[in-house]
Amino acid sequence: MNEMQITYAQYIVDVTSGSNSAIKATIDGVELSVPLDPANRHYAEILRQLESGQLTIQPAE
Amino acid sequence: MAVSTIDPNGLNIGQIGGRRNLIINSQFQVAQRGTSSTSAGYQTVDRFRFTSSDMDQLAFTQSQDTTGPSGFTNSYKLTVTTPETTTEAEEQLFMYHCVEAQNLQQLGYGTSDAKQLTLSFWVKSSVTGAYCVAFYENDGNRLITSTYSISSANTWEYKTITIDGDTSGTINNDNGSGLELYFFLSCGPDRKTTDSTTWGTWTAAKFGYGQVADVAATSSATWQITGVQLEVGDVPTPFEHRSYGEELNSCLRYYWRVTKSTQYQVITTAIGYSSTVAIAPIPYPVPMRASPSFSISATSDFSYIGNGGTAEPSQFQTDFKSIWSAQAYMVGSFNQGSAYLYRFDGDSPSGQYFALDAEL
Repeated sequence: MNEMQITYAQYIVDVTSGSNSAIKATIDGVELSVPLDPANRHYAEILRQLESGQLTIQPAE
Repeated sequence: MAVSTIDPNGLNIGQIGGRRNLIINSQFQVAQRGTSSTSAGYQTVDRFRFTSSDMDQLAFTQSQDTTGPSGFTNSYKLTVTTPETTTEAEEQLFMYHCVEAQNLQQLGYGTSDAKQLTLSFWVKSSVTGAYCVAFYENDGNRLITSTYSISSANTWEYKTITIDGDTSGTINNDNGSGLELYFFLSCGPDRKTTDSTTWGTWTAAKFGYGQVADVAATSSATWQITGVQLEVGDVPTPFEHRSYGEELNSCLRYYWRVTKSTQYQVITTAIGYSSTVAIAPIPYPVPMRASPSFSISATSDFSYIGNGGTAEPSQFQTDFKSIWSAQAYMVGSFNQGSAYLYRFDGDSPSGQYFALDAEL
């Protein structure tokens, strides 16, 4: 009922382990570091938009 | 006549003392993000989000106001600066508050003993007429709506709404959405064609049932609210005033913003992990509802100090975050194993911040 506008998404790699640990995303105009936690509303929306084909996540640099 | 025993069950007001109000920041004292914004979303007062969906011309200001009815020093205010020409299908304007699911287990939803809820609040608007309040149960995808009426323009009025318990509902015992409140200000005609005054499955046609007033399409319209109380039972009891500190502490579970208040304000200590990265813990003041999202005002608002010098990082970011703390890192020039301080830079305070967001 409250779709967010996500204009950019890219994985962040943990500097100590090298594994994906968060997503850098621009949501409703704000740049956020979003944790990979389905209880986080930003990540839940990223997953929803991924599933519906509205969004792709860029690999980490 | 002396009263020797008061039976709270006979009064049907839920618990007789302690915390009765299920709403956090119900008198709008806490506004960590700021006091005024021309954007939708969580922008000003904590725990309340303003949503404008699919509007074409509408422009507005939402703000934490410093006026209220007797006994209240703050309220939330919406002011229309450019009205919508016509509120059309799929368009909607509302204020939203979500109560966490594990705080609602006493309601007994989904059982024959499901409890009634009573919502009370003070409201003032330049637009008279009927307004819809929708109650949405996310886990069960169920909805019930009711209405209140503004009878006198620009005058504080006290309103109460009682809804039945949902004997077929579901509110999971977890940290997710339990009950969502939508205070409608406007909605398109397709949002109010189906009666939703008893609990049933959500559909878009039910969402704003009963909404007549159209704040969005009214030039210079205002809508203001405070003293929002949601409590078990069918009796609206006197408003439960809480201290600022108590409300702030409750809000921190959902959002925490550290705003720069002095030059070189210290954030945390870090250690050089490599020649280009220093990592640091950021412990939160209270455990958050979920792992939060992290944001900053600008990388150039921060600096690190150590080894006899200070510099601005090229990145200030977090990777691993839990409900307790975040692992933050800056990218710059470091000595492995050396200690550093992360801090705000030396400019005068002007809104620089970092924030953690675990809102519903």
